[in-house]
Amino acid sequence: MKPRPFDYAQPDTAAEAVALLAEYGDAARVLAGGQSLVPMLNLRLIDPDMLIDISQVKELGAICDLGDVIEIGAAVTQNKLLAWPQLKQKLPLVAAALPYVGHFQTRNKGTVCGSIAHADPSSELPLALAVSHGEVVLRSARGERVLPASEFQQDMLTTAREADELVAAVRFPVMAGQGVGFHEVARRHGDFAIIAVAAAAAKDNTIRVGVGGIAGRPMVRDIHGDAAGAIGAWAEELEGYEDLHASAALRRDLFRKLGPHVIAQAKGKA
Amino acid sequence: MRRVDRNDRPRVTLMLNGKRLSAEAEPRMLLSDFLRHALGATGTHVGCEHGICGCCTVLIDGVAQRSCLTLAVQAEGREVTTVESLAAADGALNPLQQAFRNNHALQCGFCTPGILMSFTDYLRRNPKPSTEQIRDVLSGHICRCTGYAGIVKAVEEAAKSAP
Repeated sequence: MKPRPFDYAQPDTAAEAVALLAEYGDAARVLAGGQSLVPMLNLRLIDPDMLIDISQVKELGAICDLGDVIEIGAAVTQNKLLAWPQLKQKLPLVAAALPYVGHFQTRNKGTVCGSIAHADPSSELPLALAVSHGEVVLRSARGERVLPASEFQQDMLTTAREADELVAAVRFPVMAGQGVGFHEVARRHGDFAIIAVAAAAAKDNTIRVGVGGIAGRPMVRDIHGDAAGAIGAWAEELEGYEDLHASAALRRDLFRKLGPHVIAQAKGKA
Repeated sequence: MRRVDRNDRPRVTLMLNGKRLSAEAEPRMLLSDFLRHALGATGTHVGCEHGICGCCTVLIDGVAQRSCLTLAVQAEGREVTTVESLAAADGALNPLQQAFRNNHALQCGFCTPGILMSFTDYLRRNPKPSTEQIRDVLSGHICRCTGYAGIVKAVEEAAKSAP
């Protein structure tokens, strides 16, 4: 329950962090909030040569309103975003999802980008990013590229990030005035969701629905008309998976129950 | 840029409950172990060591977080506040601690230091929380003997007695 030895660096700038990543590649791990990474270190599930601590890099600690999108830097904690005064108005789906992310104590340290970079299939923030059609900003010594959420997260704990790239920021499109819904079922409040469902209503009666905890990454689909029917058919298609917490059949069943409920939430607020 | 080799044991200096203290720590040393083994401050308890149980919760620069998910080297120059800071020098309990005693909010007491530190931070941000909000914060802790009803009542009493 103690990490294996590793070298530690605390860069002062994003450029220094990126230079270290170029040097170490996948032998390095980026430490932001550490709420997923340090448990993996303690349990010796990972064994990096170098830990690059970006938590104190000032330029990565900002929430920037860019007009159409809100850009959240890699060192922004979940509770900092939750306390951002404009969150409810500009990013209502994130505002609905964030209270489900871990606990008060872990949100104090855990970052928004870290959760998305970790890419747990049942995590709330990757789901919110996918349903929002958000983007991930990847920076390396080679330059910068921006990937849509759908291309970034590929499978369970697997993303399109190259070994020398830093998840420098994520961008959530502003959803002011859009109706949203979010709900999940977990064994204990704040635990990983067994099933999490997010929805956002568009003006043309289309509802974009996303589900986490049923496949290797958040699945997103636009739904028109009969919600229960569409969700039921989708649940069958997705199959789901079995683990310690739930069978695949329970996952499908939870999705069938939660889906229409969350869609109604989104419509009610639209 | 600060760099620490895995074999280095630099001195880490921090403010612990208002006192400037330092000791050696290799990069992989957790803050929870640093507090207990290097500084001898054993009020902070260690349960699961992966952030689930909440026993080891301390304040870093006033913010409640898991000391088992923080490296000692990350606490360099920071202000760390632990359960030892709560009671007065003569041992008089602070209002939150007294409310825990009044409401039988602890039995074995293993989880209590972390819970006290969580609510020390939370009640500063939200001095008059609802029962639901208290339960939400408490969900970040596991108690295996007393149960949660007394803890919720204690926090409610502490909040009520605060100005």
